[in-house]
Amino acid sequence: MTGVWVGIAFWIFAVAALWFGWRVFVTDSMVRASYALLASFVNVGAIMVLLLAEYVGVALLFMMTVEMVVMALFMIMFMMNSAGLNPMQMVHQHRWSIAGGMAMAGGFGIALTLPSWPDRPIPTAVGTIRALGLELLGGSMLVFESVGATLLATMLAAVVLSSSRGRYTADAHEGSIPPPLDPDEPDSWAHAEPDEDDDGDAHAGHGGHADHGEHADDEEHADHGEDAEHGEHG
Amino acid sequence: MNLDAVLVVAAVLTGIGLYGALSQQSFVMIMMGLELMVNGALLACAGLWRWTAAGAPQGQVLLIMALAVMAIEMTLGFAMVVAVYRTRQADVTESVDSLKG
Repeated sequence: MTGVWVGIAFWIFAVAALWFGWRVFVTDSMVRASYALLASFVNVGAIMVLLLAEYVGVALLFMMTVEMVVMALFMIMFMMNSAGLNPMQMVHQHRWSIAGGMAMAGGFGIALTLPSWPDRPIPTAVGTIRALGLELLGGSMLVFESVGATLLATMLAAVVLSSSRGRYTADAHEGSIPPPLDPDEPDSWAHAEPDEDDDGDAHAGHGGHADHGEHADDEEHADHGEDAEHGEHG
Repeated sequence: MNLDAVLVVAAVLTGIGLYGALSQQSFVMIMMGLELMVNGALLACAGLWRWTAAGAPQGQVLLIMALAVMAIEMTLGFAMVVAVYRTRQADVTESVDSLKG
């Protein structure tokens, strides 16, 4: 492929990556936003293939495809209006955000294009993947292994964070019921969540679960003495 | 296609990502903005590796680290969204502003 065609392909992919990146934040549909982000990533992956980083470009494509499908799933789980049936705009500090984004784009654009970078292009287009493989299992093996260990730690942390069961209690969030958001409405949480304990405010008032210490059981019994719902936790 | 063009595209991607991370209310949309910012950084690294590193494979190792950062950010972000939703029934930043000064 000659340089002209590479240039044309680059600009097509670049414009598509930017356009889809912008669509992420203007579309009403949350699922569509996920797939727009996926399209942006796919185009960046294609640019990376043009930049001769074929391995990372294709890896980005595979990784982001799975990740964005998971993200679409989360959108359906957590967001109202995930299909975009109603127009909506869930933004805050909008003008400052636009100004910040433009300042960052302009600032980085100027700061990155001003310096005279050393002109040392890749000498030969073949063998970059082989060189990467030898590097990962050779000189950069410590980096490679550290990334692997970090990803393992990430998996464990994700399970700990998202598990519904805590280490010491049946429910991970026991003792961490938040204080009422509005002082005039002390029972707002309890009313919003009838399944919860009524004394959630009291727990949060003295610092949450960590303060219970070894007397957690005693306190639980004392607090819940007359609580009809206590049977669920026993 | 030259280095300056790639760097400008990367800068604009990062700017769009920052706009999203600052402006969106939903946690998941904020994560999308962060991902877009890492995406721009990835593209800038790839461009610099292509034209200024004489093909040194260590540049690609940096790209793989950026990919790992993306994966970690996403995983822990989702885990925290689940944890926050379980305790506060909240999916937007405005619902968890108890500590806001």
